[in-house]
Amino acid sequence: MRLRNAWVGVLGIALAASVAACGGSQETSNTSAAPSSPAATPGGQKVDTANAGSVKGKVAFDGTAPKNEAIKMNADPVCLKEAKGPQSQETYMVSSDGKTLGNVFVYVKDGLGSYVFDTPTESAKIDQKECRYHPHVFGMRVGQPLEIVNSDPTLHNIHAMPKANQEFNNGQPIQGMKMTHTFTSQEVMVPFKCDVHGWMNAYVGVLPHPYFAVTKDDGSFELKDLPAGTYTIEAWHEKLGTQTQSVTIAAKESKDVNFTFKAAATTTN
Amino acid sequence: MANGIGSMGFLEPYAISHQPSAIFMLHRFSKFVAACTVLLILAGSLVTSHGAGLSVPDWPTSYGWNMFTFPPSMWVANIWYEHGHRLVASTVGFLTIILAIWLWIAEPARHWLQRLGVIALAAVIAQGLLGGLTVLYLLPPAVSTAHAGLAEIFFCLTVAIALFTSPDWKKGYANETSPVSGVDDARLRRLATGTSIAIYCQILVGATMRHTGAGLAIPDFPLMFGGVIPDHWNAGIAIHFAHRLGAIIVAAMAIRSAIYIWRSHTDRPELASPALLLLILILVQVVLGASTVVSRLQPWINSFHVVCGALVLTLSMIITLRSWRYRFGDVQVRPVGQRSEQGRQAGDVGDVGQVGQIGPVA
Repeated sequence: MRLRNAWVGVLGIALAASVAACGGSQETSNTSAAPSSPAATPGGQKVDTANAGSVKGKVAFDGTAPKNEAIKMNADPVCLKEAKGPQSQETYMVSSDGKTLGNVFVYVKDGLGSYVFDTPTESAKIDQKECRYHPHVFGMRVGQPLEIVNSDPTLHNIHAMPKANQEFNNGQPIQGMKMTHTFTSQEVMVPFKCDVHGWMNAYVGVLPHPYFAVTKDDGSFELKDLPAGTYTIEAWHEKLGTQTQSVTIAAKESKDVNFTFKAAATTTN
Repeated sequence: MANGIGSMGFLEPYAISHQPSAIFMLHRFSKFVAACTVLLILAGSLVTSHGAGLSVPDWPTSYGWNMFTFPPSMWVANIWYEHGHRLVASTVGFLTIILAIWLWIAEPARHWLQRLGVIALAAVIAQGLLGGLTVLYLLPPAVSTAHAGLAEIFFCLTVAIALFTSPDWKKGYANETSPVSGVDDARLRRLATGTSIAIYCQILVGATMRHTGAGLAIPDFPLMFGGVIPDHWNAGIAIHFAHRLGAIIVAAMAIRSAIYIWRSHTDRPELASPALLLLILILVQVVLGASTVVSRLQPWINSFHVVCGALVLTLSMIITLRSWRYRFGDVQVRPVGQRSEQGRQAGDVGDVGQVGQIGPVA
């Protein structure tokens, strides 16, 4: 009798696993959803762009940047073929003079109050090409579709590891495959990784407003169309942590905010 | 001889049910399954060590393909580890089905051994389901740790079956010069059983450490943050510290058991030999553990640490089971064909080990 009960238990688990397996295969389709949360507070005011100002600046780098880790793609011959020449991580994108830092996500962390913003209908995009993510760091809006494309003639899995949103892991075994995903909660940053190719990683900042930018190679950024107010601006780097500054702008005013990351710095707030 | 557990059906006397060659084949096959399980544990540990657990995001399919028709051209990078693990696991599962059926057919007199085969089959099925669930639920540490813990139990089951089907076990480790079945030593049983339980607990702590990403929570060795004990704590450091502390405790228990065996049972090679091997493996395991930290979790070193831990566990289990052999039923040398009075009363037809020379008397 005990044995029979054990078998019934095993079959029960098998049935549950089958159901779970079906759910998993559905998740590999082109769209997956996450728990909902409002992108903006209904009834808030819209930004008057005619009277808006801006914040711009540079992210400087102090010290000698560590050398980006070399990537060996030998594990996948297709990657070797697609990504020509020596490959390295994009962790420290310093300028040629070593004084500015790219791939820093700069955004308004606080101060927007009750402003509301339309959610873009056009998709943000992340591409898996030459066995890397393009872009490596980017921003998008809460509720905005994210198009995930595999442009490589090899297979990838796209594995997002958010904390506030729903984690997902989908396979894209065929070149040209696309899927979309919508993040429904603000989160800075959501890491992406490919578990097949361990060197592939990317980060996306998901925000309920449009005031974000990723620094260029020269470290520059600009947050346009900011209404007058006092804001907390945060700069995030994948290894060097975060820095924040407060800035007050008047209508139609443009102010500079500059950050400096040090080579051995950690999170400072 | 009194047989305390026999009344529960666990220790029925042996019976000659098949030709000796078939019995030996069963033993060899069970050893083969155990050996394949070592490979399976290595394959599984390579998956975790390479961070490849989610490289095939679906289950039981692989990127939508049937697992067995997934094109080899797609076994690239980390998929090689994860998909390879699935295939090795499927093979071991298939072998376990054969083993369970074979035991059922070949061991009709040892019902407990038949049931052990079924339990092993159930364990490998549950293990497969846990493996699938941990993929589908994105490697929750609890499920992944359970997967690792059940892997050790399954390995123990296959080794135990190999042991129970061995001629020496059936003989009760009796021979012409030492016609006694095993040793009746309560202290040895306590020491050996305690050591095995401690090793299993240590493995569970290690698995928890692996699956919560705490392998480098204490980054230096042999010191911890430059001191004898960590100067600050969090969950990862606590788990890592527990694993290091557990290593000391387990090593001490194993050394204690080994010394006791050498002092009290030097004439028992079935105990003295594995005791020596256990100490050697524990030494290797400590070196591998240290190397894992020093090498910053080098995947192959990390994986061999896992495999060596499994070997330490099963070796200790073998010593433990042999220390309990006496309680499984007495055996002594007797003339060919002779049957004991109690054996006749119990319907026993004799032992199969060294057929014609050894048989149960109780």
